[in-house]
Amino acid sequence: MTISIQSVAKSFGRFPALNGVSLEIADGELLALLGPSGSGKTTLLRAIAGLEFPEAGQILFDGQDMTQVSAAARRVGFVFQQYALFRHMTVARNIAFGLEVRKGAGKPSKAVIQDRVEHLLKLVELEGLGGRYPSQLSGGQRQRVALARALAVDPSVLLLDEPFGALDATVRKSLRKELRRIHDATGVTTIFVTHDQEEALELADRVAILNLGVIQQVGTPAEVHDAPANAFVCGFVGEANRIEGEVQAGRFSAGDIVVPAPGVANGAATAFIRPHELTRAKTGAGGLRLTAERITPQGPVLHVEARTADGRRLEAAFARAGGLGFGVGDQVEVAVERAHVFGA
Amino acid sequence: MSRRPANAEPALVQAGVLAVMAAFLALVLILPMATVFYEALRKGLGPALEAVQNPDAVSAIKLTLITAAITVPFNAVFGVCAAWAVAKHEFPGKSFLITLIDLPFSVSPVVAGLIYVLIFGAQGWFGEWLIDHDIKIIFALPGIALATIFVTFPFVARELIPLMQEQGVDEEEAAVSLGASGLRTFWSVTAPNIRWGLLYGVLLCNARAMGEFGAVSVVSGHIRGLTNTMPLHVEILYNEYDFVGAFSVAALLCGLAIVTLALKTLLEILQPQTRRPGH
Repeated sequence: MTISIQSVAKSFGRFPALNGVSLEIADGELLALLGPSGSGKTTLLRAIAGLEFPEAGQILFDGQDMTQVSAAARRVGFVFQQYALFRHMTVARNIAFGLEVRKGAGKPSKAVIQDRVEHLLKLVELEGLGGRYPSQLSGGQRQRVALARALAVDPSVLLLDEPFGALDATVRKSLRKELRRIHDATGVTTIFVTHDQEEALELADRVAILNLGVIQQVGTPAEVHDAPANAFVCGFVGEANRIEGEVQAGRFSAGDIVVPAPGVANGAATAFIRPHELTRAKTGAGGLRLTAERITPQGPVLHVEARTADGRRLEAAFARAGGLGFGVGDQVEVAVERAHVFGA
Repeated sequence: MSRRPANAEPALVQAGVLAVMAAFLALVLILPMATVFYEALRKGLGPALEAVQNPDAVSAIKLTLITAAITVPFNAVFGVCAAWAVAKHEFPGKSFLITLIDLPFSVSPVVAGLIYVLIFGAQGWFGEWLIDHDIKIIFALPGIALATIFVTFPFVARELIPLMQEQGVDEEEAAVSLGASGLRTFWSVTAPNIRWGLLYGVLLCNARAMGEFGAVSVVSGHIRGLTNTMPLHVEILYNEYDFVGAFSVAALLCGLAIVTLALKTLLEILQPQTRRPGH
């Protein structure tokens, strides 16, 4: 199902949570709403679910206006941050709930419900745990139950609020893959909220970045990472060295650091240089001279914290293969392959 | 060597605190309770049973049970409504409502009784109208029930508000998002989550409803065999120097309270782990 959000606004008291947000979500897409806390991402998700009602703007499902339709009538699957499992019901009854509350002809028979529950338990790899109570499950298992419960109603859209926020790092990683697998298996349009950019970039087809109730950029993970629309996105997505300086005639300079800044107006500006966009340059080739202060291995790269001759801190990441050839305290010359410069 | 928790007090201090506590309990709780039963049975079981079977006593027992039977369901329903409104919703005047719920705890029961006399009594606001229509509230069962409802109103609501606030609205929102109607959400999700707290509140409410003296005393009129509840009957007998009678009825009242407390303790033991899951 396609979802169209048009100029939606919502405030809590005097605090505006959403400030005219517009967003198009394609059928079968897996979209991440990414932003810091207080950016309005959860409010937007709840507005799509019908748990909050916007003060202005429209929300359309397949072109049909759903703005004032109740949550019960929207047929969305919502996975809550703390799962919100019904604590007095078994796992199986939790999953069956959405089918059991249906009325009249829409209500499936007991056998159908049972089949559906079995199927979903299998899908989320919890076979045999249908008789347990939520309090008897681990965090990761509860998360899977919440997911199965939301999927039971055959939702037109699956909405997840910080789905992995309450889990430890290893469980989080495996559940991320799980969510991708389940999304691909069911094909249901899925929107999830996260403050973790790594999670958003790894999992989503497209990422919508919010700040202060406004969408900053929408694009594929590669687009928002490599072509950030503004300084906020550049600083929030991926690691970057943030350097305050000045642009004069298409060149940004801050002490020793000089990078091209085509199209940026003269005056104060901020440059962002990603650690992997600093590369080793031949000594004497006119590169930027750095003194290494700390070297830490991070997976396939070595992370180097360094200082320029005039004392600016810079972080660089060099491939680990073959070693660095320098150590802490040594000088090394680097070239800035690419920088993103935004006028103040 | 036994494991000693870091926050443990020296043994002497512990023993001292326990001794003070035990002495205090014995003096203000156990001794008076024992006295009640001792005085009731001073002349043997026969006179005690006789006193309880006296027609006026039987009528007082009936009236007390009827009053509790009216008060408790009424306050259970309104307590759930009030707690639900306060815990699950945001609205202007919420803190005022919470204060209002607590009012019966802070107002003297005598004042509560007087309020009803002022409103419904012969010289009260609705007095003439009620007399014209031959409706009796003061010096009759409706007045006694009203006064008792007023005094015991906070018990259920006070028990439920913190419980419902702690549980939050997530489960209700989940139920609604899964297509459940408001009523279905209440019966399937909210009610099962508060049933133990509700029972607990109901038992406390019941204990107090049966024992209420002050407010009922003002509105009842002390008509023997008609508008006397058990606590009022105890007072009358005592004032007439019928100590065995007074203490026998008092012992019965104590017995009802003890049964209530025993039920409450039983509930605490039976209460399953599902009420507060770990995260």
